Amino acid sequence: MHSSLWLSALIVLPLVGALVAMLVRKMPGASYIVAVGVGAIEVVLSLIVAVLYSSHVANAQGFDFYTRHVVSAPLGLAYDVALDGLSLLMVVLTALVLLLSLLGGRDKRREPAFVAWLLILTGLTMGSFVAHDVLEFFIFFELTLVPCYFIISGWGGAERARAALKFFLYTFTASAFLLIGILYMGFAYQHQHGTALTFAYGILSTTTMSHSTEVWLFIGFAIAFGVKAPIWPLHTWSPLTYAEAPTAGSIELSALLAKLGSYGLLRFAVGLLPLAQVSVRPYVLTLAVIGILYGSILACVSKDLKRFVAYSSLAQMSFITLGVMSGSTIGVTGAVLLMFNHGIITIGFFLIIGYLERRRSSIQIADFSGLQRPAPVLSAIFMVAMLASMGLPGLSGFVSEYLILIGTFTTHAWWAAVASLGVLASAVYLLWAYQRVFHGRAEGANAEISDASSAERWVLVPVVVLIVVLGVFPKPVLDRITPSVHNLVTQVATAGAAK
Amino acid sequence: MIAATATLRVSIHYLVILPVLIFFGASLLLLIASAMWRRTMPTWVATSTTVATSLAVLVVTYFQWRGLDKSGVSTTVAHAVVLDGFSVVATAVIAVSLGLAALVAHDWAIRENVRGPEYQILALASTAGAVLMTQANDLVVIFLGLEILSLGLYVLVAIDRRKTVSAEAALKYFILGGFASAVFIYGAALVYGATGSTNLSSISYFLGSNVLLKPGLLYAGGALLLVGFAFKIAAVPFHMWSPDVYEGAPTPVTGFMASIVKVGAFAALIRVMISGLGTQLATWRPILWVLIVLTTVIGAALALPQRNAKRLLAYSSINHAGFILVGVWAGTARGSAATLFYLATYAPTVVATFAIVTLMGGLGDERHSLESYRGLARRQPWLGASLAVLLLSQLGAPLTTGFYAKYAVLASAIDASGTILALIVLLSAAIAASFYLRWTVVLYAEPDGDMEMSRVVVPRATGLAIGLGVAMTLLFGIWPGPLATLAQHATLYFTP
Repeated sequence: MHSSLWLSALIVLPLVGALVAMLVRKMPGASYIVAVGVGAIEVVLSLIVAVLYSSHVANAQGFDFYTRHVVSAPLGLAYDVALDGLSLLMVVLTALVLLLSLLGGRDKRREPAFVAWLLILTGLTMGSFVAHDVLEFFIFFELTLVPCYFIISGWGGAERARAALKFFLYTFTASAFLLIGILYMGFAYQHQHGTALTFAYGILSTTTMSHSTEVWLFIGFAIAFGVKAPIWPLHTWSPLTYAEAPTAGSIELSALLAKLGSYGLLRFAVGLLPLAQVSVRPYVLTLAVIGILYGSILACVSKDLKRFVAYSSLAQMSFITLGVMSGSTIGVTGAVLLMFNHGIITIGFFLIIGYLERRRSSIQIADFSGLQRPAPVLSAIFMVAMLASMGLPGLSGFVSEYLILIGTFTTHAWWAAVASLGVLASAVYLLWAYQRVFHGRAEGANAEISDASSAERWVLVPVVVLIVVLGVFPKPVLDRITPSVHNLVTQVATAGAAK
Repeated sequence: MIAATATLRVSIHYLVILPVLIFFGASLLLLIASAMWRRTMPTWVATSTTVATSLAVLVVTYFQWRGLDKSGVSTTVAHAVVLDGFSVVATAVIAVSLGLAALVAHDWAIRENVRGPEYQILALASTAGAVLMTQANDLVVIFLGLEILSLGLYVLVAIDRRKTVSAEAALKYFILGGFASAVFIYGAALVYGATGSTNLSSISYFLGSNVLLKPGLLYAGGALLLVGFAFKIAAVPFHMWSPDVYEGAPTPVTGFMASIVKVGAFAALIRVMISGLGTQLATWRPILWVLIVLTTVIGAALALPQRNAKRLLAYSSINHAGFILVGVWAGTARGSAATLFYLATYAPTVVATFAIVTLMGGLGDERHSLESYRGLARRQPWLGASLAVLLLSQLGAPLTTGFYAKYAVLASAIDASGTILALIVLLSAAIAASFYLRWTVVLYAEPDGDMEMSRVVVPRATGLAIGLGVAMTLLFGIWPGPLATLAQHATLYFTP
């Protein structure tokens, strides 16, 4: 068992960084350097944590770096962090997203405030992923809305105010169901055992509740996480928000914050409510399958590149939901892996779109044509991300999608069968978009487009490396995820069977 | 009230009523001093008297709290006034709010050229009434406190005599307030008829040891009491006066109303419902349930189209009143603690909010459209950020006190199996979020080219009040432990 200070450092460092960035705001560029420095340290720290993590720790459930301090007993509030295989990759992803979105999505308008919000957002997201107390998770989860809101409304496109408000209200409303559900569980436990009010994850999972109560709670949790993830039909905020957000904001939202939804669904809706699983699974799986097909179709017809990625993300996130709800170790492992892979792939997409937007001040697909000739490096990297997203063997997307489909097939064959159509559909929309943007004749402004500068190339290197490495050699990562996933799935299965 | 026979000697425990005496005494002192003063008393004399009085009361509450630890709850004046943890904390909250409000009013009075100590005299007297309400253990004493509180306020609303809107608001407030008082005292009379006493402990004892075969009289009385309170806290459907009065009153007075009046009224409400009519919980709970749902949802929904900061805050305070009622609805120690916690965190937040609104109102106190806030945070980052924090706190964002306040009342409701109520109320907060956010966006928006906005001067006293309010909002938001524990301990000493 390792010291929890590692995790606390991961949370606190960006917040301190935000403060420093604001303090040095008078010096031009200084806050950006501070932020990049913090981002680099975060990446290093998260990699150290990932390497140190051992699933064979004293407490049975595979949580490492564990600590718990009660902050306020009457409120049931505690600072409680821990790391397991489910959150491990998310921690690395959070750090990577910060560094890459800073490097690739630099926005020089009122820069100190911008990087400060990004850093705060990172600290809070980190907190959500390592929170081991349900109430603490909720607080971090809810707090991420504030920096997101200010990033979108302060630096977004023409309709930024509307987009930011829509985003905030959707998530805020949905999370009301989560808070009430959490409180309900806390008091149910307290009334059963007569102890002090607590929301510790391990303790709450032992609450005994009736089947119907768990189903109601699951619906509440699923609404909250389904908006964030997004799950069809709760996705309607996402295209507008992704399109209006600045590049760094789109990356944070789709590569990272969407994962808070699927992570929450897995950790809390599945982990805490085992009895409900068998009865709700078919419904959620159906929504996921609809989401895959719906997202694919809308990705085909979207007119601008950001919306295109938003809808393809909907399809990919629905794949994750499919895996999360599959109820098999393989499927859930695939989902956890896809959360990370989709994050990396999306970073690639949004960075390239950001670069194109810088050059042409447009993200309309119709405005582009034949970029392959003037910008071969950009198109090659776009192609790698695209092929990975499609699930081409040898790239990261393949491993995770394959695991999800196999896992789902063993438990819910029909859903897996329909969902595999989604893999085909993704090939259609991705290739067609690629064809429209990068093939053909480059004329006018398109012919004069410059290729990626060396700085831009360096930012994209880690994306490509991770896509290839995780496609060819995912074993060390899978070894770290699987024990925790196995634990969770077995617990859910035994609790369900005991009923 | 007291059957004063020749043999009965009423012993008075002066420490118990010391806060009331101090506030009222300071008011009288100022009144006499202003009469003796050769010319008009300078504003700073009156203001510093009020601030010093508030500090003195804070010290007294500290000793009262220590006394509670030693000797527990005590009543005095024939059990009509009570000293318990709840009243001590509520008194301290009132004292803090009065101190902050006095600082805001000071700069406002100088700006608007409202000379003389009248504002502070009336505010001190009103506050004495509010404190009396938190300590009252008798329906008649509650009424007394309510009237002392209200009479001062009616005048305060019209203190700027040159403004006709203020006069209109004062008249509206006076008529409806008088009506509410009449309803309340009629309810008290009916409850007396049903139970034979106006003392809350006696009422509770009587109801606990007797079964009323015909409870109609009691129910009618209880309902009228509730209506009287609902007027004072502006619960829907008894809220009509509040937006007009909030808008018409001078802004510092509005801040005073939104904080001190709420604390006094809710403290008395909790005492009546729980220590007096606690045995009838099953009867009044459904009524309160409906009242809460109406208050939170309609309050939030009606705030949406508002374009005037003061009206918007009026509806927002209606929404908050609904939230605070949730703690009363729970009817448990946790619920009372949550109500107290909510009041303690909401009062400084709202005083500081109105302080900023006062500043933004400019000379004449008239610039209150939301548009006049456009780009404030760009021009004056500290002032803008302060308002943003205060708004986010009222929205209920974590790391501000507003979150824990909402959390505490919702937790108490769910503890008392009110999950559906908690959900509805929290969804109303989502509606409310949209207008707080719209305001926040305006703060950070780019200023329009044609609207050249001048910087708002932040005078020292108001700046101090804003700073303290924001500091409390953030400090207890990041570290709510001590305040939550205090609120919990306070209700351990609750009810004699």
